[in-house]
Amino acid sequence: MAKKKDSEIATEAFEKVLRGGQEQRYVLRLYVTGSTPKSARAIRNLRRICEEHLKGKYELEVVDIYQQPELAQEADIIATPTLVKKLPLPLRKFIGDLSDADQVIKGMNITPKS
Amino acid sequence: MLSGKERTYVEHRLEKAPTGIRGFDEITQGGLPKGRTALVTGGPGTGKTMFAMEFLVKGATEFGEPGVFVSFEETADELIANSASLGLSLPELCDANLLYMDYVRVERSEIEESGEYDLEGLFIRLSHAINTVGARRLVLDTIETLFSGLSNVSILRAELRRLFRWLKDKNISTIVTGERGAESLTREGLEEYVSDCVILLDHRVTDQVSTRRLRVLKYRGSEHGTNEYPFLISDRGFMVLPITSVKLDYAVGEERVSSGIPRLDAMLGGKGFYRGSLILVSGTAGTGKTTVAASFADAACRRGEKTMYFAFEESAQQVVRNMRSIGLDLEQWTGKGILKIVGQRPTIHGLEHHLMSMQFMIDDFRPTTVVVDPVTNLSQVGSLRDVRLMLSRLVDYLKARNITILFTSLTQGGTDAELTDVGISSLADSWMKLQNLEAGGERNRGISILKSRGMSHSNQVREFLLTDQGIDLVDTYTGPEGVLAGSARVAREDDERAQEAALRLEIERLEEDRKKRRALLEDQITRLRSEYESAEKELEGRIRLEKLKMETIFRKRKEMGTSRKAET
Repeated sequence: MAKKKDSEIATEAFEKVLRGGQEQRYVLRLYVTGSTPKSARAIRNLRRICEEHLKGKYELEVVDIYQQPELAQEADIIATPTLVKKLPLPLRKFIGDLSDADQVIKGMNITPKS
Repeated sequence: MLSGKERTYVEHRLEKAPTGIRGFDEITQGGLPKGRTALVTGGPGTGKTMFAMEFLVKGATEFGEPGVFVSFEETADELIANSASLGLSLPELCDANLLYMDYVRVERSEIEESGEYDLEGLFIRLSHAINTVGARRLVLDTIETLFSGLSNVSILRAELRRLFRWLKDKNISTIVTGERGAESLTREGLEEYVSDCVILLDHRVTDQVSTRRLRVLKYRGSEHGTNEYPFLISDRGFMVLPITSVKLDYAVGEERVSSGIPRLDAMLGGKGFYRGSLILVSGTAGTGKTTVAASFADAACRRGEKTMYFAFEESAQQVVRNMRSIGLDLEQWTGKGILKIVGQRPTIHGLEHHLMSMQFMIDDFRPTTVVVDPVTNLSQVGSLRDVRLMLSRLVDYLKARNITILFTSLTQGGTDAELTDVGISSLADSWMKLQNLEAGGERNRGISILKSRGMSHSNQVREFLLTDQGIDLVDTYTGPEGVLAGSARVAREDDERAQEAALRLEIERLEEDRKKRRALLEDQITRLRSEYESAEKELEGRIRLEKLKMETIFRKRKEMGTSRKAET
């Protein structure tokens, strides 16, 4: 386990060098269903996480699939709310109201700001 | 009273969504429950997806009900390719807005769960798909995949319950498929949500031959057949074979058809077999079963009736060639399209497959006579019981169509010839036994009728001759040594001919003698009569003379008395 982590850290450092110190941009899309409580909570939770940890380096689009059902098929959404991290790769999906911020931060591979 | 009851029963009868799957609508009396959800479950590769796809395609093409196929396992392209092998053209249906396909990919490694969620996304997709084509039918194949993609089982279960209720409210006829678990019908217990109709598909391999079977486990509010029904997935789609035979109610006629062998017809009350009956010809190897069968087929063709000949031992060409040697030209009939010879090895298919493919060929060709030669070869691909069952189904299928059937059956030498290998003799209406009559150092063929329902028939064993003009039957002789046939019969015939000639001579001689004697006696009679007549004449002359003399004496005496004046 420990070894793997080391290698991950090493890779990250390498990539950082490659990017020439430029910050990685996050492209996020949140699929919600109108203004249900779960949707509202998810939007609120995600905004907070982004503002705290990704300020200035993220794009967030909120899609209401009630309004645009064809987008649900396109993005292969079944559960709502669903957050799709389009960039940086790999693509990841988070389903739920994102109430566990730590889990989301870890899953998105964000270096948390202490 | 009774009719009133029946009426309410009909009124409350569950509405059905016909599947259009051959055979299935018969066992379920109309199809799946309309506007409700049915569960189709079975092990991997049992044909669940194809069953479901057929339901949608038939719905769209035959019953004006567009459908939505939501696949959790196969992509649309894979589905299109798989369905093409069943003769279904999905892209056309999609273009015509009769079918909508949606592939739902659930990849656990991509998904992380954080907090509360629901499956509203899936509902929206379904609702979008349904609205796009105006669907009345839906397939979820297989929704259980969600359980491997999502970890919160309590949310999943609650959402599935909501989904099925939602579908019911929308009045969509739905099939959900499920994979059979080790101890339960489906791995995730889908049967808990779907309580209206459960169909189980099964695929078994016995002796390297596979058979597929379908069973309706449950059908709330409807009668249904409870047996296991064999089914087939072929390029004609998904087909179930119902056992229609339970009822013995086919129409029977009085019409008779010739066996193609005049002398055999004579043995059968002079008119041959009943049309639409089952004729069984059994015998050991080389007793002429195929020849009898071919003669029968030939006779049917001669009457202009379409005939189908299933040859399980020989190829079509071989049958034609062999029959030519006894003067039967089958080629003229195949050429005219009256006769169809299907030669195939029994081992190429399982029993059900055979049965179905035979039925389909029969449906296409529409013969009035069917020959299967020999049915016993089918026992290579199934147990005796299965073969018997299959044959009784085939017989019922054919009898219901008033098709006359001839089965040949090979009996093993040494065993009781009256035991057919597949035990189908009880099904047969007429049963002929061909046997080897072995005596005096030679083998000859014999034919006898063991039974023939509903007609008087001969109880004689006849010798059966294969000549280059076909089959001829001749009387056999029973002597102290048993039944005589072949040269023994010929010798016996010679003997009889000699005896007959001798007798005829003797009769002629006696007749001659009688004539001679009569002539002789008549001569004597004439001579005696003339002797008698001449004697009579002479005597008569003398009598007259004597009478004259006497008269003269009397007269003289009177004259003398008068002259003497005698006192008187």
